[in-house]
Amino acid sequence: MKLLKRIGFALLIVLVGIQFIPSRSNQSTVVPPTDFIKTFEAPEQVGKILNTSCYNCHSNNTNYPWYSRVQPVGWFLENHINKGKEELNFSEFGSYSGRKQKSKLTSMISQVEDGEMPLASYTFIHREARLSAESKKTLIEYLKKLKD
Amino acid sequence: MDTKMENKPMGQSSVNVERSKSATAIIENYLATKDALVADNSSKAASSGKALFDAFAKFDISAQPKPQQKELAEIIEDAREHAEHISENSRDIGHQREHFEILSTDLKDLIVITGSDRNLYQIFCPMYNNNAGGMWLSASNEIKNPYYGNKMMKCGSVQQEITVK
Repeated sequence: MKLLKRIGFALLIVLVGIQFIPSRSNQSTVVPPTDFIKTFEAPEQVGKILNTSCYNCHSNNTNYPWYSRVQPVGWFLENHINKGKEELNFSEFGSYSGRKQKSKLTSMISQVEDGEMPLASYTFIHREARLSAESKKTLIEYLKKLKD
Repeated sequence: MDTKMENKPMGQSSVNVERSKSATAIIENYLATKDALVADNSSKAASSGKALFDAFAKFDISAQPKPQQKELAEIIEDAREHAEHISENSRDIGHQREHFEILSTDLKDLIVITGSDRNLYQIFCPMYNNNAGGMWLSASNEIKNPYYGNKMMKCGSVQQEITVK
């Protein structure tokens, strides 16, 4: 019992301690000229959908939820965002080669069509990021037009 | 129109490429990935996809003609990513197939620049991806569909012959 108490106490110290290690590094105030919405002058409605449902994990600017301040949740998010940006970064989309842009558009269309993106684990918490049937259609139609 | 063309089914064309071994490792592993998808074997597709990823990494762009190097670099950057996705999705053959389809276009464009060590066929299945269609390359003109596997093995027809000069 004494041992358990000690372990519990040690864990508590670690848990408190890690709160002082910051994450939340993915924030930027400027929208670069290579930004997807800027580059293609996307219609307002499409821009809104992208901002709400995609940009948090796929751009250089994350609108962090409050619990991202709590570690280790913050680290988990950080890791998740880094992976997301590696696959597709809307902030840098304009700097991709034409081939890469086309290939990313193809993947975006199929991921959204299949309901793979936005991730279910994400929309479970961020209800606002879910794509309504209408938004989905708007987004896919726009992406298809861009691709051709 | 020459007489040769007239004997071929409608819509089929042919393209000549240089004889070269520079892309051999890429072609081998691409075809192995394709065969694994034909066999509905996603774990085999994943391991071949990994080998293909490595072959792209090892490809020496600097040995290729200068004017084409930039395009080659772009092709390989894109293709590597698709090979990586195929290698990382051994439990999702649908996803592997999606990436294989984009990869196939990259590979075709690559071979036109680098040349090939063997004749290849570009085969097209108009039904894939909600009737948007999808193409692949094969060393044989026998139709074995990597996008449907056993479900629809015979969907497709030769669109282009890629012939080594």
